[in-house]
Amino acid sequence: MPALPLDEAGKYVAGAYGVFVMLILIYVSIIGARLQRIERDLQELTKLAERTRARNGS
Amino acid sequence: MTFGKGLRGLSIATVVMVATALALVFFYAPNDADQGFVQKIFYVHVPLAIVALVGFIVAGGFAIAHLRTRRQEFDYLSYVTIHMGVIFGVAVLLTGSIWARASWGKWWVWDEPTLVSFLIVFLLYVTYYPLRYSIEDPERRARFSSVFAITAGAFVPINFLAVRLAEGFVHPRVLNATAGDMPGEMRLTFLVSLVGIALLYTTLVKLELTAKHARGQIKALRRALEREPEAGASGPALATVPARPE
Repeated sequence: MPALPLDEAGKYVAGAYGVFVMLILIYVSIIGARLQRIERDLQELTKLAERTRARNGS
Repeated sequence: MTFGKGLRGLSIATVVMVATALALVFFYAPNDADQGFVQKIFYVHVPLAIVALVGFIVAGGFAIAHLRTRRQEFDYLSYVTIHMGVIFGVAVLLTGSIWARASWGKWWVWDEPTLVSFLIVFLLYVTYYPLRYSIEDPERRARFSSVFAITAGAFVPINFLAVRLAEGFVHPRVLNATAGDMPGEMRLTFLVSLVGIALLYTTLVKLELTAKHARGQIKALRRALEREPEAGASGPALATVPARPE
């Protein structure tokens, strides 16, 4: 097949790099959501630890 | 084991290398005489494929370490390395398909050994998930997963060699004895892209392991804290609670 003209080839190149960037972004956003959950869990744990300490102290 | 150690430096190095690679791809490397501008896909597609396949082999190495030492960390390393390899594999198939459409006029070609062999390896590793999650006992799960990772990891270089030896291939060769017929600018761009993608892979593996390990530690702490009122002051010390990544 002859080489595609720049305007047509550009769409394919943008598509390929776009797929790569999109996958990375999706992955990073999943990790971000997990970090939020970890933060929420840590807040709950802090409260639980404070309650436990108060109970053991009284 | 601390999985997050050195993550910051690694992330910075990854961003720098990937940005440099992109700059070289679009502003330094010349257009291919045969394929023209569309050949730029090569700089993302081939490094992704190489890194994914090497990742599968490395996962086999971690699995061997797990079976030898029975240390859980190696099982998690093996699992996360395979997991990232599968994600990179999806990217390889999608970028390859786009490149095939632009170069050959078809999204997929069944009589091309490199494409089909990569698909076989990819599908093989996709079956790792049902295998891993169908076993409830953590120790058995880790052991079976390790056996799979070693067997499949050994299959990857065999598959690679078989494709190399196959006759009638038309896929461009990149890493032969003379490093291909690429001009210097293209070779440099390719090598920088390869290093950038390898760093990205390592960073994402470390990130995933760190997140999993942190969640495991939180779960262990929660269990310890919830037991604390019953155990009273003589209960288990929180610091001694073993942390198990998810």
